[in-house]
Amino acid sequence: MSNGNMNLTLKVWRQKNAQTAGKFVTYKAEGISPDMSFLEMLDVVNEGLTLKGDEPIHFDHDCREGICGMCSLYINGHPHGPKRAITTCQLHMRSFHDGETITIEPWRATAFPIVKDLAVDRSAFDRIQQAGGYVSVNTGGVPDGNAIAIPKVIADEAFNSATCIGCGACVAACKNASAMLFVSAKVTQLGLLPQGQPERYRRVQSMVAQMDEEGFGNCTNTGACEAECPKEIKLTNIARMNNDFLSAKLFRQEEIHEEQHGGA
Amino acid sequence: MSLDAKIPQGPLAEKWSKHKFNLKLVNPANKRKYDIIIVGTGLAGASAAASLAELGYNVKSFCFQDSPRRAHSIAAQGGINAAKNYQNDGDSVYRLFYDTIKGGDYRAREGNVYRLAEVSVNIIDQCVAQGVPFAREYGGLLDNRSFGGSQVSRTFYARGQTGQQLLLGAYSALNRQIHAGKVKMYTRTEMLDVVVIDGHAKGIVTRNMLTGAIETHAGHAVLLCTGGYSNVFYLSTNAIGSNVTAAWRAHKRGAFFGNPCYTQIHPTCIPVSGDHQSKLTLMSESLRNDGRVWAPKTKELAEQLRKGTLKADQVKEDDRDYFLERKYPAFGNLVPRDVASRNAKEMVEDGRGVGTSGFAVFLDFADAIKRLGEETVAAKYGNLFDMYIQITDENPYKQPMRIYPAVHYTMGGLWVDYNLSTNVPGLYALGECNFSDHGANRLGASALMQGLSDGYFVIPYTLGDYLATIGPKKVDTSHPAFEQTKKEVIEHVNKLLALKGTKTAEAYHRDLGHIMWEYCGMARTEEGLIKAKGLIKALKVDFWKNAKVVGENEEVNASLERAGRVADFIELGELMIDDALMRRESCGGHFRVESQTESGEAKRDDENFAFVAAWEFKGENQPEELHKEQLVFESVHLSQRNYA
Ligand SMILES: Cc1cc2nc3c(=O)[nH]c(=O)nc-3n(C[C@H](O)[C@H](O)[C@H](O)COP(=O)(O)OP(=O)(O)OC[C@H]3O[C@@H](n4cnc5c(N)ncnc54)[C@H](O)[C@@H]3O)c2cc1C
Ligand code: SF4
Ligand code: FES
Repeated sequence: MSNGNMNLTLKVWRQKNAQTAGKFVTYKAEGISPDMSFLEMLDVVNEGLTLKGDEPIHFDHDCREGICGMCSLYINGHPHGPKRAITTCQLHMRSFHDGETITIEPWRATAFPIVKDLAVDRSAFDRIQQAGGYVSVNTGGVPDGNAIAIPKVIADEAFNSATCIGCGACVAACKNASAMLFVSAKVTQLGLLPQGQPERYRRVQSMVAQMDEEGFGNCTNTGACEAECPKEIKLTNIARMNNDFLSAKLFRQEEIHEEQHGGA
Repeated sequence: MSLDAKIPQGPLAEKWSKHKFNLKLVNPANKRKYDIIIVGTGLAGASAAASLAELGYNVKSFCFQDSPRRAHSIAAQGGINAAKNYQNDGDSVYRLFYDTIKGGDYRAREGNVYRLAEVSVNIIDQCVAQGVPFAREYGGLLDNRSFGGSQVSRTFYARGQTGQQLLLGAYSALNRQIHAGKVKMYTRTEMLDVVVIDGHAKGIVTRNMLTGAIETHAGHAVLLCTGGYSNVFYLSTNAIGSNVTAAWRAHKRGAFFGNPCYTQIHPTCIPVSGDHQSKLTLMSESLRNDGRVWAPKTKELAEQLRKGTLKADQVKEDDRDYFLERKYPAFGNLVPRDVASRNAKEMVEDGRGVGTSGFAVFLDFADAIKRLGEETVAAKYGNLFDMYIQITDENPYKQPMRIYPAVHYTMGGLWVDYNLSTNVPGLYALGECNFSDHGANRLGASALMQGLSDGYFVIPYTLGDYLATIGPKKVDTSHPAFEQTKKEVIEHVNKLLALKGTKTAEAYHRDLGHIMWEYCGMARTEEGLIKAKGLIKALKVDFWKNAKVVGENEEVNASLERAGRVADFIELGELMIDDALMRRESCGGHFRVESQTESGEAKRDDENFAFVAAWEFKGENQPEELHKEQLVFESVHLSQRNYA
């Protein structure tokens, strides 16, 4: 554990709401312990601001365990900060050094309008999921859990895609603000599992249509999303999604289903 | 007022099916004439909203996060129990029932717990059908692990992210209904009060957290699925936003609060590192399968370890006290959570705590690494080790982990009957928000089970009975009670905004947490509780004089949100103390130092305390009135818990 406290300069994006213009404001963060998480550092700054009667810096957060996907922050040019495969709440101040200047911005994408300061509105993600990111099954009357055997490798693959936390870092990282990594994660999870087969092609079409409607950009395969994703969701998911999407467009659904039988 | 738990008559195994048959049904064509308000989108709320909308009811669903998918349930790690007996190791509905009753130290209702065990089986099927990617064996069938306190493998899991996967399943079912227009979803909306008309709950008052708009919503029934109140302790493993406001405001409108002092403390959390700490992180219980818990044998060694002049791996085998293995040879490191927690506390009080703060003991994997190899240990616990490294900057492959107990779950909550109805007709409480099913202690992997059981399989039946009774007469917000309650909510908000003192709400929250942890935490004494009562009273007065809230209502205002929640936590804190004082016995997570066995275990007093404490609000700053629901045990024999 490193000792000694740090003094930092923060350049923070402040913006009252989506209607007003924003700007960078500089703050001092003093006596910061390297053991603090990045959000705890902001808590300390905010307590100081509140006591002075100033508005605290607003940012989204909840679980502070890297799983709810609520925290965001573009830190020194990276979504969730400089380290790989973690969320902002899991980033600790020991990753910075005394005297450093840290620039903190919100996710920037047309489809994610600013709520206030560093918080953005990610409800577009919910609407994409609502468009078809599910298996249509009512409560009750379902078969026994072991009635469908699923090979472990398939289950594990599906799981890898299911771990997406819906944080939006992929969109923030992408120069086109594309949501393909996020959408493809759900499409892949359900597309791999037997339960997801009946609606496989409808699902991909409706989700992609909604994604376009929300104003996300197109994927040009730069891979920034994968590099910045805290859950290491794979780019191959996008290829899978494109495949399903094309198949759905080109052929009749039933034929596709026959053809792919026994495949992934 | 009399408390009727409405537990159906007849043999345990037939209660639920008989009851289901006796409940009134709502004709399918009439269902769309009913509006249901559901607050909370965790496992309980999302599953209830989806199931009720599928049946045809109109649902309005609320959460304070930006998306229903972020409800606190997402954070659950370990797993969910179900009496499937897939492992052929002798599990059964009765055994799950029995373990849960015993684990809760005989302070839960037999009828409820049996039903929970009974429907546990359906939960797994439901989730699998939704595409929840549970762990599988090579043969393609579902895999199970075992979990604290049980001798069979009945825990279903999805790596260390079971809560996330289950919640995403329920969220997707909810999404489907939102898309179908049967659920209207209100995100970033905080419920601030319940509207009661002629003794029945008919709606809620909310604050739009983006615009500050205070709004009213009417419905034929209100379901609170708002989670637990561990954050009354300030530091807990819960998400920062978890709070008691919804339940507390309902309490002030007449709903009884059950067993408020029952708190689960989890033994394996990463210790506090300093005053800046905003929350604690749980390390899964499964670590105790291979990790060995120890403290140095002497204070002198502990002192050297704290100063850093001695490293843990330099402490000789003879100088280590593996205190759980020593005191509980049969269960060893796998004793239940309350027992493991209290023992760690004793070590610290004995001056043998480690880490810079002295508030920690070791969880050591050296033997496991020697026995199994680093690779196997990494395969089993790698993600947890990574998380530990991230937070502490220490490497548990080389040095033992430091762990300390932390507040994790609250067994208390709104009192509900067998139908999940509070004593206010039309007001229901589901999931961690209610008090039922866990007794004085919650076993691992049982909270997820309860949340989903309530939402998918209980409320769809029991709610219909009430709705059929009241009939589909339209309710709307034109009744003066809506305007009146709204007015009171606005007054409360303005009162908070007028606080222009010198101390942040967060600082008050921290002070409250210190009091609660010190005097109403792992061990409680009469003397300490009386002292805490005075301290909280003073804190409350001070809060309403010297707190500082910035900004205005008509904007995003985290300062205001926090202040409202802290004010409610302070009042809840007072009630928890009263409840703990009243209960002059130890049971499960409630340990009264005055009541222990010779070997230092929790000693119950079944003669005088085999009841649920249900508290009734009697007005601001008035003592609450205690109502007792006597617990009746027909199937199990009450015995002393003993793990030696
Ligand atoms: C770290 C951790 C690990 C855990 N692991 C396990 C495990 O392995 N197995 C297990 O069985 N249990 C586990 N638990 C316990 C379990 O996760 C919870 O008890 C359970 O998820 C609670 O679910 P819920 O639906 O009742 O409430 P929550 O998931 O807490 O949901 C509460 C909902 O209410 C909403 N809400 C609250 N107040 C308001 C308001 N005033 N207005 C509007 N909305 C409001 C929130 O927005 C949220 O949607 C764990 C808990 C923690 C903290
Ligand atoms: S794909 Fe990765 S970066 Fe994108 S939302 Fe999911 S977890 Fe976040
Ligand atoms: S706050 Fe939940 S992921 Fe960071």
